[in-house]
Amino acid sequence: MIHYALKRIFTGLITIWFIASATFLAMHMVPGDPLADEKAVPLEIRTALLEYYGLDQPLPVQYLRFFNNMLHGDFGLSFTQKNRAVNDIIRAHFPVSALLGCIALLFATGGAMLWGALAARFHRHWPDYLIMGVVVASISIPGFVFAALAQIAVLHINQQFGTQFPLAGWGTVQQMLLPALVLGLGTMAYMARLMRSSMLDVQQAQYIRTARAKGLSSSRIFWIHTLRNAALPVFSTLGPAIAAITTGGFVVETVFAIPGLGRYFVQAVQQLDYTVIMGTTVFYGSFLVLMVLVVDLLVGVIDPRIRLQDGR
Amino acid sequence: MFFQKYNWQKCKLFLIASLLCLPIPAWAVSHAVNANTQTVQMALSTEPPNLNSLTSTDSVSFFMLLHLQEGLLSYGDNDELVGGVAESWRMDGTHVSFTLRDNARWSDGKPVRAQDFVFAWRTVLDKKTASNYAFIFYPIKNAEKIHRGELSPDELGVMADDDRHLRVELEQPTAYFLSLTTFATYFPLREDFYTTQQSRYAADAGKLLYNGAFTLKEWTHGASLTLEKNPQYWNAANIKLNAINIPHITNDANTLFNLFQSNEIALTELSRETLPQALQQRLYIQSFLNGMLNYMEFNFREKSPLHNHALREAISLVIDRQALVNKVIAAPGTRPTTNFFPAWLPGLLPSTNNIPAPDIEKARQALSLAKKELNVETLPPLTLLIYDTPSAVRQAEYLQRILQQTLGIQLIIDKQIFKQKLAKLNSGDFDMALSAWGPDYNDPMTFADLLASSNANNHGRYSNPQYDQLVAQAARLPLGDTRAETFATMQTIIAKDISVVPLTEPGIIYVQNRQLKNVKRSRFGGDPDFRHAYIEEKPSL
Repeated sequence: MIHYALKRIFTGLITIWFIASATFLAMHMVPGDPLADEKAVPLEIRTALLEYYGLDQPLPVQYLRFFNNMLHGDFGLSFTQKNRAVNDIIRAHFPVSALLGCIALLFATGGAMLWGALAARFHRHWPDYLIMGVVVASISIPGFVFAALAQIAVLHINQQFGTQFPLAGWGTVQQMLLPALVLGLGTMAYMARLMRSSMLDVQQAQYIRTARAKGLSSSRIFWIHTLRNAALPVFSTLGPAIAAITTGGFVVETVFAIPGLGRYFVQAVQQLDYTVIMGTTVFYGSFLVLMVLVVDLLVGVIDPRIRLQDGR
Repeated sequence: MFFQKYNWQKCKLFLIASLLCLPIPAWAVSHAVNANTQTVQMALSTEPPNLNSLTSTDSVSFFMLLHLQEGLLSYGDNDELVGGVAESWRMDGTHVSFTLRDNARWSDGKPVRAQDFVFAWRTVLDKKTASNYAFIFYPIKNAEKIHRGELSPDELGVMADDDRHLRVELEQPTAYFLSLTTFATYFPLREDFYTTQQSRYAADAGKLLYNGAFTLKEWTHGASLTLEKNPQYWNAANIKLNAINIPHITNDANTLFNLFQSNEIALTELSRETLPQALQQRLYIQSFLNGMLNYMEFNFREKSPLHNHALREAISLVIDRQALVNKVIAAPGTRPTTNFFPAWLPGLLPSTNNIPAPDIEKARQALSLAKKELNVETLPPLTLLIYDTPSAVRQAEYLQRILQQTLGIQLIIDKQIFKQKLAKLNSGDFDMALSAWGPDYNDPMTFADLLASSNANNHGRYSNPQYDQLVAQAARLPLGDTRAETFATMQTIIAKDISVVPLTEPGIIYVQNRQLKNVKRSRFGGDPDFRHAYIEEKPSL
């Protein structure tokens, strides 16, 4: 187990190094000038800017410098927010994205279990069709449409009933619920489909028939045997789901004016803010590598069969 | 249906639980305006990128700095120059002297001294500061040489005679120098504070000193800002607002309009999408020419056929600016124009701005002349470089259609995002480009200079020695008729050379809370200006 964990940590580090190097190269290959601004500047100012950001050095030197700083945990100052350290940006905004992501994930898994189980239970009856219809719609309609619609709905509720539900912003529990719901919707729909098919599989299984033959109550069969077993494959998709939710918050963060890292991540790419691109990518990359590692190790601990079967 | 009971129970539970979550009372009920406390709420489109006045370049930072700090002079209600930190000033050829108010103070109570200006200006010109706007100091003696590293910063033409007297030596008489002193890069900076903060100066609310009407009380990055009236401000008695709250930061036009409707913010711009809703609700919509000019640039490099005058003439003759404004841009507030110098600029001769109807016949003649001169049967397809925004795309598609229909010229639209478009502009990788220019200060020079052959923003490398000479001449001339005529001559040259094609003066349309009064919309130095705003008791009808 320890050997396996060490091996995984080592490959994880290689992955992060690869992510950092690939991003570094890709970023410098993107056409465009990170220092260009609406108003062009005289040549001597441009030279001063290039020196200030160390962009006057050849690319290999910049690469080595970047790596040296990264190993010291320093990603430098942002190009666009001139006096803010990239570390500060991550420290201030990742917790917001993480909290939003956690609530969204709770919505998503909870909802997926419920709706998936319901659909499977009423297989080929109207609740199944209804739920699957909604699920397909949730997968196909892009998040910004839901975000905008949800906000307009709240506005109309406020105007009709004189309530004061917040439309945007961050800080109170109320402000968190709606964006989290919108953010988790796509993942919820995807997982609900998985849950449904997994439930259908398990319902056909021999051990369910055995349980029924033993005369167990239907509720006991449902809760103890069907639901638990059906949920396992759904849980194993949590890794990619965390990825999708924590990095996919850009639209929701913009519409609901949430100070999450997603906005900085996307804006940095648009603005060619080299230091922020590197900082956020390496950070997100490491975070995801870590999450996948943790999930895999946990699955290994929980279910010995998986470890024995392929020793991943 | 064995398990139906349990499922529906769970389902109900879930629904009830989610409903219960919603009516938690909000912790702070916020309103766009409050007459009792004289506070106003608004939203910013983005987090202020850089509140260090030495290096700021963007409009959001300029908006913040307008309220937080003050230069020697400032703009009054009608864009006239009024005293800021300086109570009096005198300009005599190349000598300018300022007397500072004895009650001008920093937010920590210490006086704003003449030395604070000397320190700030020298620091801007230090190469290590890497300030984009360092060139705005070039009218000051030795500034350019210091910035190139040829002279030491001590040799800058600015001296503090004592705490309250500042003397400036200019390279040559510069009529618009006084209006430059309102610009953020010219703001003072206190050496002791700046050196203790190092590279983190202005990174947070506590890492900044204030000598303006407001102080930054709170700054939660990416989320909210609170500006509070600065009791140390020399003119605090005339500042009526106690606080400007910025609880939201987003550039989503729909969100902003929703926030306005739910009375959470007092002011917001309208977009093409939100305008119809505002009209439908019969909101009071205002518009304002933000001082910018939208124009079409041509590439004068040999490799582009646009260096041919007749071809530029043909293209300029088919553009119907009225149609462009009314049918393509289709947002109120924007005006068609043929002038390179917007009419609001002071010190210009009165201009007529007659928008000519397109002259297809003449354009076709010009085109056949162009083909003869370029020695081609058919023109190669031309590229039009634009930003990837819906409005720019619509305008480009209009031009594409009109050029194809009237002249048979094929136009390729080259849509690029921000930095990529700038890179292509700067490297001359275009035939034509849709560009915009906003003024830095209140003088025609801020536009005239743009087409000088040495200007880095003259992306097409237009070069006319006569024009360059006029720019140099106007820079030296005192305000008056001769100077106005010089600008008029430049306008004539631009029209004759077809160096660029001025298209529109864009307007912004916005809605504002009826209780919020006296907000000044300004074309330069930060907009909107809340410094003299106040909240009225009841909405006026």
